[in-house]
Amino acid sequence: MSAPSAASPAASAEPRRRPAALAGGPLRRLAAGTAAMSLTEWRKLRHDQLDLFTRSVQPLLWLFVFGTAMSRLRAIPTGGVEYRAYLAPGVMAQAAMFVAIFFGLAVIWERDVGQLQRLLATPLPRTALVLGKAAGAATRAVVQAVLLLIVVAIAGIGLRWTVTGVVGALVLLAVGTGVFACLSMTIASLVKERERFMGIGQLVMMPLFFASSALYPLAIMPAWLHDVARVNPLTYEVEGLRGFLLGGGHPWLDMLVCLGWLAVLTAAATKAYPKAIL
Amino acid sequence: MSAVAAAGLVVRFGALTAVDGVSLEIARGEVFGLLGPNGAGKTTTLRVLTTLLAPDAGAATVAGYDVRSDGLAVRASIGYVPQALSADGALTAAENLDFYARVTGVPRGERAQRIAAAVEAMELGPMLDRLASTFSGGMLRRLEIATALLNRPEVLFLDEPTVGLDPTARALVWERLHALRAEAGTTVVVTTHLMEEAERHCDRLAIMHGGRIVALGTPGELLAEHGAGSIEDVFRAVTGHAISDEGRYRDVRAQRRVARRLG
Repeated sequence: MSAPSAASPAASAEPRRRPAALAGGPLRRLAAGTAAMSLTEWRKLRHDQLDLFTRSVQPLLWLFVFGTAMSRLRAIPTGGVEYRAYLAPGVMAQAAMFVAIFFGLAVIWERDVGQLQRLLATPLPRTALVLGKAAGAATRAVVQAVLLLIVVAIAGIGLRWTVTGVVGALVLLAVGTGVFACLSMTIASLVKERERFMGIGQLVMMPLFFASSALYPLAIMPAWLHDVARVNPLTYEVEGLRGFLLGGGHPWLDMLVCLGWLAVLTAAATKAYPKAIL
Repeated sequence: MSAVAAAGLVVRFGALTAVDGVSLEIARGEVFGLLGPNGAGKTTTLRVLTTLLAPDAGAATVAGYDVRSDGLAVRASIGYVPQALSADGALTAAENLDFYARVTGVPRGERAQRIAAAVEAMELGPMLDRLASTFSGGMLRRLEIATALLNRPEVLFLDEPTVGLDPTARALVWERLHALRAEAGTTVVVTTHLMEEAERHCDRLAIMHGGRIVALGTPGELLAEHGAGSIEDVFRAVTGHAISDEGRYRDVRAQRRVARRLG
């Protein structure tokens, strides 16, 4: 059989109705797309609960092995707080950061298998793709943090248990995890290869960890490291978590800084993500 | 109005010109095949038409929308199944379908009915609640095609849809694609390096080589024009080469990985 004759150029130039899938406007599509991505991440989490538990082991090791040893030394000035209580928010943030790094690896995996090409050829807004992934990372991190807090409570580590504190801490943790998930997705989109990402990821993430107040206060850092720590979003995340869980500080201000970073890195990841497939 | 119209598409990657002046027109309801060896520019052409890649020169419309200036409307009007594995193995078949219904903007009230129709069209009924990671290659392909049908695409793009499938699974995929075209009038654009398959299943073919279209027509026209006994012979006549399997390390690695997962 042969093809029907093509329409004249004039006919194909006539304005077309917008596709029905685009009804509802950009903001509603952004919200619906983010919700769809988050829902899917949540479903994946439910199918793979073992992963959640195995990942929860590492922060416990930091807290109970490293933390217990360091608290015996009494070498770190914590402002009168037991070292393990001081360390708990740092360990929470660290565990969340590792979850976030995994989402960069997932970009590369999805690129290699073809899911990313597929998604980018749908009308899903790019920002929804990024925010949905960030929300997925945040969900995992928050579930882990809840498990960690339960262990901390059972172990009798002296946090200041208030409803605002715990809820505020979990919200801040979600925002902070979103920041690092976006950072990780941006890096992954640029480097594109698993092996290189592992190298560069370590190169970025480990310094962020050590140049933060996760393990020790800013005051005992050398001046140059102190400057790095001052712009490091992890510092604000950890300080905010301490404010919420131990009292003192300016946790809402820390939250604001993290939200600012989230906006910047969401924009960066949105721009970088579609380039991952090239 | 044609389903796809491309004029003078050029895509360069550094010094390499992957697509070198491709022009073609695909009518509504056609099953159109882009045929050629790995590296001929088929996938790159498909990526331009699905808005994944901006062309360095030339223009194209898909479903009447310009791929450059109105990419969003193009994406809302098409279905795309890449060569690599795009179903999510960490989700069940039903969850994969629900996810794509949401991201392609199927209205909430129509989701269940559209999913049911796609499940029926691709014969997926009994395995909806199984994780996609437990699927065979043929089942995965049908699941992927089902997810690409939910938005009732005007044009369905399939990149090497039968690669890695056994003959039975391959025949079933083609049978379902023909049924879809018959029932919904969907335009189907496939790439393939399997000459025999293209000859049997496509209404019209474009043979690509080195980024160019070197022959275009119905299988019958191509055979007659070159006095050839098969499309394989046509390919040899227009390019001077036998079709060969080549590809960069990364392509090969990706293909092997997919083949392993398709098992």
